[in-house]
Amino acid sequence: MIINSRFFNRSELMGFIALAAVLFVILPLTLDVFRLNLVAKYLTYAFVALGLVLCWGYGGILSLGQGVFFGLGGYCMAMFLKLEASSVENTKIQSTPGIPDFMDWNQITSLPLFWQPFHSLTFTILAIILVPGLFALIIGTAMFKRRVGGTYFAIITQAVAAILTILIVGQQGYTGGINGMTDLRTLKGWDIRPDHAKVILYFVEVVLLFACIGIAQFIRLTKLGRILVAMREQEDRVRFSGYSVANFKIFAFCMAAIFAAIGGAMFALNVGFMSPSFVGIVPSIEMVIYTAVGGRMSIFGAIWGAILVNFAKTSLSESFPQLWLFGLGALFIAVVLAFPNGLSGLWADYVQPRIDRLFASRKSKAGWKDNSVADGAPAE
Amino acid sequence: MLVGHQPKEFLLAVSGLTVSFDGFKAVNDLSFYVEENEIRVIIGPNGAGKTTVLDLICGKTKATSGSIQFRGKELTKMRENEIVQTGVGRKFQTPSVFEDLTVFENLEISFPRGRTVFGSLTFQRDQQVKDRVEEVAEMIFLKDKLNTFAAELSHGQKQWLEIGMLLIQDPDLLMLDEPVAGMSVSERAKTAELLNRIIKNRSVLVIEHDMKFVEDIAHKVTVLHQGQILSEGTMEKVKNDPKVVEVYLGH
Repeated sequence: MIINSRFFNRSELMGFIALAAVLFVILPLTLDVFRLNLVAKYLTYAFVALGLVLCWGYGGILSLGQGVFFGLGGYCMAMFLKLEASSVENTKIQSTPGIPDFMDWNQITSLPLFWQPFHSLTFTILAIILVPGLFALIIGTAMFKRRVGGTYFAIITQAVAAILTILIVGQQGYTGGINGMTDLRTLKGWDIRPDHAKVILYFVEVVLLFACIGIAQFIRLTKLGRILVAMREQEDRVRFSGYSVANFKIFAFCMAAIFAAIGGAMFALNVGFMSPSFVGIVPSIEMVIYTAVGGRMSIFGAIWGAILVNFAKTSLSESFPQLWLFGLGALFIAVVLAFPNGLSGLWADYVQPRIDRLFASRKSKAGWKDNSVADGAPAE
Repeated sequence: MLVGHQPKEFLLAVSGLTVSFDGFKAVNDLSFYVEENEIRVIIGPNGAGKTTVLDLICGKTKATSGSIQFRGKELTKMRENEIVQTGVGRKFQTPSVFEDLTVFENLEISFPRGRTVFGSLTFQRDQQVKDRVEEVAEMIFLKDKLNTFAAELSHGQKQWLEIGMLLIQDPDLLMLDEPVAGMSVSERAKTAELLNRIIKNRSVLVIEHDMKFVEDIAHKVTVLHQGQILSEGTMEKVKNDPKVVEVYLGH
């Protein structure tokens, strides 16, 4: 198999260990439950950023509509939780007990057909993966088979994000409208609201994140990962090497959608609600900015980007709420103009060489490959 | 259909090929035939439609009418990647290699295995792949540059790398668009040597302006002018054709 001693090269291994140490040990030990829950919220965006690394960084497909998939995953999870919270006993004051409160407010008297399967957790988990995956497959097939790409594709994904938001807000009786789905309580009878549940959910999320990192790294190291890079540069050359470029783009887009959906589902669990404000154009663009700031070519960079930008957002919004959007805009311009490879690029240019020198002088033997993509050579 | 009527010895049979861009016929009712193991050079003045002909054969441009038969299969109805899998390889005029990948990885991508999404996920870099990549790298003078990123290669080396990527595909018909353009004199000689080695056991369709180079390699020359064939035959015959001298070779 491809998984061998070089699954991570040395600098990636350091990135892996550093991230694992911070997320598994340092943050849980130093933060109170409220702050830890905030980190859990930031990490839901790390899933999206991870998907964007594959799709945008490697494949060159800029999607400005990842909020759609984040939202679909989140809503699937929220529907299950909402149904469980809307037991007949909990909702006996409603005119129709046993259906979600917002349906009752909108004079809906029975549970709509498409809500029925969300009584099952197994179905919900499958839906979290399959609904966004299939939706991405349809959009991807429609666009990439017709050779729609680049800016046009980005604009269309924006339009999809806008459409889905309008749909959710407009269909208040089925979706909870602008307020979203609130008052989520239990998962299979297990209360998700108390502190100890938040801590457990945090760890579940981190484990899932590392699983997704593993999948992304695996894809990156296969020939498919190299074809994505090749496609980004010379689409025609890939096509005339016998590959169906559209299929590879669809694959990358679907993977990004599925990662985003897992993030969305974890958002619903950790934050306890889901609303259209995480689906539309602005959140979708923010997700791209996290990835760009962290470094769109780097799996670990993008995750740090999601954590740090969201941390900055929280801190800045607490003191200067109206300044945040300007700050975010300025950050994006700075990344594009000054450091296109984001934080990971700065790290690779300024910090990594020092670390390498340190190692080299200690071992008095240089000659490590430190570039993350230099691993393509056959062992001589 | 025409399939049954094609003489078997033709590898490529282009007949009545026409493509029009908004009424302008870049290629107009063009017919020519390439035999097995033949080296055919297409020459002609700028705008004669030479590159368009290659684009049509490899599927980059769709024909307005006419047919392109490759080993009896109709190429005009196929997608680009299917045409490649049938055995047609194409090199572009400007070197198009993957600069962010190493020479090894560039060649490996062209290795004809695991070309589907699933196939490329499970692709193994086994001994067969390594041997073939090294063999081709030696042929294209890049054996000691396997771990170099393609971005760091010279213009000529990139051209060789792209030729190497085609060699790994092992096509039955190799199409080269100005393979020596922009090369130094010594690179040119080496490329001619390279081409002479790789054309064994396959047919080659070359577009080239360098007459010296054409004389060196061509079995047969087709002169295109305004999307139509002006003259066709051996280099000797074409060179002495008054029509050719007038529109192309004369100046």
